Amino acid sequence: MTGWERFTDSFFNARVMAEYLPKIVDGFVLTVWLALLIIVAGLALGLLLAVLRAFGLRPLNWLIVFTVDLFRALPPLVIIVLLFFGLPNAGIELSGFVASWLALTLVLMAFAEEIFWAGITSVPKGQWEAARSTGLGFVQTLAFVVLPQALRITIPPLTNRTIAITKGTALASVVAVQDILGAANAGVSFSFNPSPLTLGAIAYLILFFPVVVLGRWIETRFAWRR
Amino acid sequence: MSPAPIVDARAIHKHFGHLHVLRGVDLQVAEKELVFLIGPSGSGKSTLLRCLNRLEEPSAGSVTVDGIDMLDPRTDINKARQRIGMVFQSFNLYPHMTALGNVALALRKVQGLPRADAEAKAQAALERVHLADRADHYPAQLSGGQQQRVAIARAIALEPRVMLFDEPTSALDPELVGGVLAVMRELREDGMTMVVVSHEMGFARAAADRVVFMADGLIVETGPPGEIFANPQHERTRAFISQIERH
Ligand SMILES: Nc1ncnc2c1ncn2[C@@H]1O[C@H](COP(=O)(O)OP(=O)(O)O)[C@@H](O)[C@H]1O
Ligand SMILES: [Mg+2]
Repeated sequence: MTGWERFTDSFFNARVMAEYLPKIVDGFVLTVWLALLIIVAGLALGLLLAVLRAFGLRPLNWLIVFTVDLFRALPPLVIIVLLFFGLPNAGIELSGFVASWLALTLVLMAFAEEIFWAGITSVPKGQWEAARSTGLGFVQTLAFVVLPQALRITIPPLTNRTIAITKGTALASVVAVQDILGAANAGVSFSFNPSPLTLGAIAYLILFFPVVVLGRWIETRFAWRR
Repeated sequence: MSPAPIVDARAIHKHFGHLHVLRGVDLQVAEKELVFLIGPSGSGKSTLLRCLNRLEEPSAGSVTVDGIDMLDPRTDINKARQRIGMVFQSFNLYPHMTALGNVALALRKVQGLPRADAEAKAQAALERVHLADRADHYPAQLSGGQQQRVAIARAIALEPRVMLFDEPTSALDPELVGGVLAVMRELREDGMTMVVVSHEMGFARAAADRVVFMADGLIVETGPPGEIFANPQHERTRAFISQIERH
């Protein structure tokens, strides 16, 4: 076998690929679900925390800032492992899927809160004053005047951060979740051939390439007309 | 006996930390009166205006507007503020809304008008500032003078009893000042009660009933524009006016 043949046999072995394709497809579907659940919950919680922080209640804000810093400081894998292997000692058993979802949701929540908060504080004070002077209440001003402006500013950094964190779904394979990487790894172990990893990489490209392009489109779509 | 003033601020003090910015200010404004507030930068003019609608909480004193005690915690401040229009130096239009949207927002969300009614009312307010044809423009598509007129429309659409202007033309290119002042003149002729902080002395001479000169958080002198400008009683007033007139 020439070097090239060895290479194609290892990474593009048609027989192995055909055998493990269904597993990779299952992993793909599972990864999509995991990612969607992380995005929905993480962004919603992040926005909720940022809005709560806008009320300016001291002790609550300390708690928010502490929580956010905690989940920004811990590596996501450490959180997953802690939830999966640590919580059972406290009598709470989480499946690998739930542990991964919860961990990455908390991480996205933390980063999203910081981004939303930066957006809220970047809206000039004059906007608050103008709105309040017409009789709009605090919550109304936040909802109709400040947040719409804040959200536009946050969309580019938020898109990037969301993509980065949802790619972390691959970490779920560490706690035996059969996501794309989990399925690909299993395939490699059983077939003694790395081709399933090639399939996995292709699956990730199919999944995230459109997301990255969509992110780019969102960035231009929401570019601020000043 | 003259009728009760529509704005009645008494013994207003305001501290910002160690700064004692307002040091016992009394200001009464009669219905349909135009009071023109002048004074050096930092003398507390903006702070005083902002105490009138409680954008700033006075440290001491009382503020009554149209019979409502503005500082009473039981006062529904959002309701009370609808009677007091405010126009800012930097316009502060909502950049994500059209001119019509800017004017209609409080009509819909505060006064609870249905969208169609709010927009009809907003359109009428834009007509009063001669911008009916710009209703669907975003602030970024308007000149500074047009933006400020939309801001005036946003305030008058709520049919306030008093209008506060904080240096409404200071951020404008000179050629755009006239349009804003013209709209303010029309408001005045329609009988609006107005408190105006500005350096436009020509406007003060032509339109003000009374000029109030502030320095260091106190009212130094007050009188009709003719008297204050031609014959100021205090040295501080004299110095300030001669300095302004030189510009
Ligand atoms: N929010 C604030 N915090 C601290 N100091 C303030 C604040 N607003 C105004 N000041 C101070 O109060 C003084 C009066 O300000 P201002 O009322 O804006 O004066 P003017 O409008 O006459 O120029 C200034 O010294 C200013 O720096
Ligand atoms: Mg000022």
